[in-house]
Amino acid sequence: MKRLLVVLFVAWLAGPPASHAQSPDALKALAELAIDNADKREAAVAVIGSTKDPKWLEFLAALRDGNVYARGKGKDLAVVVGGAKSTKGDAEVIEIATAYDRKPLGAVPLASLVEIAADRRLRIAIKPFLDADETRLQLASPDPEARRGAAVKLGHQADARAAAVVEAAIARETVPNVRHALEEALAMIRLAGGDAAVRILAAQALGGLHSSDAMPALQRLAADTAATPAEREAARAAIRQIERWGLLVRTVETVFQGASLASILLLMALGLAIVFGLMGVINMAHGELMALGAYSTFVVQNVFRARWPERFDAYFVVALPVSFVVAALVGIVLERGVIRRLYGRPLETLLLTWGASLIIQQALRLYFGAANVDVSSPTWLSGGFALMTGLTLPFNRIFIIGLASVSVAAMYWLLFRTDTGLRIRAVTQNRTMSSCLGVRAGWVDATTFALGAGLAGLAGCALTQIGNVGPSLGQNYIVDSFMVVVTGGVGKLLGTILAAAGIGTLNKGIEPALGAVFAKVAILIAVILFLQRRPAGLFATRGRGAEA
Amino acid sequence: MLKPERLGLLTVALILVVLLPLGNLLPPSSPLHVSNFTLNLFGKFLTYAILALGLDLLWGYAGVLSLGHGVFFGLGAYAMGMHLMLEIGSKSVYQSALPDFMVWNQVKELPLFWRPFYSAPFTLVAIVVVPALFALVFGFLAFRSRVRGVYLSIITQALALSAWLVFNRNEMNLGGTNGLADFKTVFGIPLNQPSTQRMLYVVTALTLVAAWALCRWITQSRAGKVLVAIRDSETRVLFSGYSPASYKLFVFVVSAALAGVAGALYAPQVGIITPAKMGVLPSIEMVVWVAAGGRGTLIGAVLGAIGVNWIQSWLTTSYPDVWLLFLGALFMSVVLFIPDGVVGALSRLAQRLRRRPAPRVEAPQLERATDSTA
Repeated sequence: MKRLLVVLFVAWLAGPPASHAQSPDALKALAELAIDNADKREAAVAVIGSTKDPKWLEFLAALRDGNVYARGKGKDLAVVVGGAKSTKGDAEVIEIATAYDRKPLGAVPLASLVEIAADRRLRIAIKPFLDADETRLQLASPDPEARRGAAVKLGHQADARAAAVVEAAIARETVPNVRHALEEALAMIRLAGGDAAVRILAAQALGGLHSSDAMPALQRLAADTAATPAEREAARAAIRQIERWGLLVRTVETVFQGASLASILLLMALGLAIVFGLMGVINMAHGELMALGAYSTFVVQNVFRARWPERFDAYFVVALPVSFVVAALVGIVLERGVIRRLYGRPLETLLLTWGASLIIQQALRLYFGAANVDVSSPTWLSGGFALMTGLTLPFNRIFIIGLASVSVAAMYWLLFRTDTGLRIRAVTQNRTMSSCLGVRAGWVDATTFALGAGLAGLAGCALTQIGNVGPSLGQNYIVDSFMVVVTGGVGKLLGTILAAAGIGTLNKGIEPALGAVFAKVAILIAVILFLQRRPAGLFATRGRGAEA
Repeated sequence: MLKPERLGLLTVALILVVLLPLGNLLPPSSPLHVSNFTLNLFGKFLTYAILALGLDLLWGYAGVLSLGHGVFFGLGAYAMGMHLMLEIGSKSVYQSALPDFMVWNQVKELPLFWRPFYSAPFTLVAIVVVPALFALVFGFLAFRSRVRGVYLSIITQALALSAWLVFNRNEMNLGGTNGLADFKTVFGIPLNQPSTQRMLYVVTALTLVAAWALCRWITQSRAGKVLVAIRDSETRVLFSGYSPASYKLFVFVVSAALAGVAGALYAPQVGIITPAKMGVLPSIEMVVWVAAGGRGTLIGAVLGAIGVNWIQSWLTTSYPDVWLLFLGALFMSVVLFIPDGVVGALSRLAQRLRRRPAPRVEAPQLERATDSTA
């Protein structure tokens, strides 16, 4: 029985699709389905399935779902497909149709039909036909991702009968990524079946393809005492090749993750550092300004979803400036309202801004609810860039690295190429002297604080793409960005950049060894030890101003 | 002659140490009766007050703002909690000699660092020495390299975050997120009896008085004068031939030890200690107790700790949403309007009423003058 199935199946896969007519074999098999004999039924399913005719396959799906009935007896016997059920009077009636082309036969009482029950065995017999059909459809799908998925699935099934189909698909395929997956699938199929020579070739191919999916199969082969020495050697060589590649991938990945974390830290710490440099104030509400930026993004997203659903992808482009402006406005209110009364008293400003942070945080919680809100990524930020086999760099991370670089460049331009920047630097260096020379120090303070707050908003907006958005969003990142500022030192952007890069890479570098929590502790210890050498950070202010 | 300040101090001490426990002894029908719940609540507040004294010594006098005192509080509380856990012995739910959470986490054998806590004298020493030692190492590194001002505050806050993260881990064998709880006895006396709670309260109140006396003695001594000088101008003190780092380290250690003692008294009275008590938020809340009461006044720290927590226990039960808003507003308004706290504001008011323009002796000069001019 099984053998028959296999033969039919292979014929089915290899041969051209049968003509779309009711084949006599299938019709004969249809009648056999009504007979209450499990073996005959199974054989009938095999015959029907091997027609490869979509209509017959649809019939098999109906059979699997229990919608097929036998009607009449003896010569009048017909197999029909049931449709919608309804109640007429006190009898249940059912719409029926012919098995193959679904010609409606009207409604008949349910009692006059006998259900052809698909038991477990029959369902198992049906499944490969429907699955194969599905995979075949996917292999021909216009969407490369679907094709790739089908290839990976076939590779994992490693079913020798599918080899021909995969080969055909490779010949057609143009997308390199999918082609790679198909080749991998083919090699895995050959590794599972095939004789020694084929297997050796397959193992070599898998090694060349850096297929990490094939590792278990290769390891089994390498340990298989029944295999020839040459086969095992080939498998071992392939494993070595794949492992070396894996190491390379992991290294690149760690570097990328480090760069990604560093740019997140940089985005957060940039605003903090500018305010700290100017006023010597650590703005404890910085995290909450980030949360404000994140919630602004959430609101902009909802507006787009309600008003312009067809332009939904554009929402993020709008959200970036909106979150900057919202956070900047709140920053100005904070600065002009309260912080300005406390200049020259950094510790008290620290407590004040902490108080403000609690209020903002609780206000967000009361207004938006304590639960995280859902911010969905625009399509152009989801997915990733396939850099090499086994490594895809997510677009959202790449975007954040880009955003951080642009922000830093913009800050440099603003601070060193504009009049506003000149004034900011002047007040940072010597507030009293600048005031004497006609710089409006209060105005500069407000501008700088707004700038710092706006950068926090921008960071918050970017964070919506990689993490949860909730009222305590700021708390999760804020201590890390403080560490960056403290390590970087006052007044020099370069210090902040280097500190962010250092802490980000160090963190991701030791995380695999120590775990996330102890990596954080290790960073704290590293920062404390670092401050032993350089108490005022990487770039300390020297000279008279240093004692401030 | 009794000055009004002395009189106020004596009244506070009398109420806290004598009247509250006596009120608890009165029959429930009496109008002056203090319920077990209230007494227990105040016992908790007094442990906070002990911690606040240490914090005031550090911040109000030496000008060092630590945002990580929850860690020292937690260390003391955990040291005590470990002993209490071991005292339960096999009377626990799983009837194992190991604490319940270890059975849960399938720890087969008592970790080595737990063993000494079988001994009561060791525990009593540990609640002071462990936080103090930790503060000594941390403070030595921080003060030696002249980390000061906001830098120091940030580093201590990172310390609080790290400690919270670490104590939350199950593999530390300290109960993870759930911490240590379900204590049955303290030094052999059952905890569930009102008389034990009363006794614990009295011990706490007396410790508070002793802690106040210690802080008072330190601030009145020559070292106290140097501390204030460091707060007002560290550079000048340095150039006068003193070593500000050593003084600050000394105060930091004393303050950490007080926090440890406070934690150790907290654990048996509240019956649970979790990492949540040593995180970033509780640590900075401690600062606001001192700020609200009045820093640099000692008694202000005590009143602030009791007052703020009293309000908190009322607000969190009646209006839970409002508490954080209130705390934030308290932070801001204290800093903006009464930087020397309630006690400072009251004493200024009293002076104005007496129409005697006496100089403010105890009220702190808020920041070093050099800070404002860069």
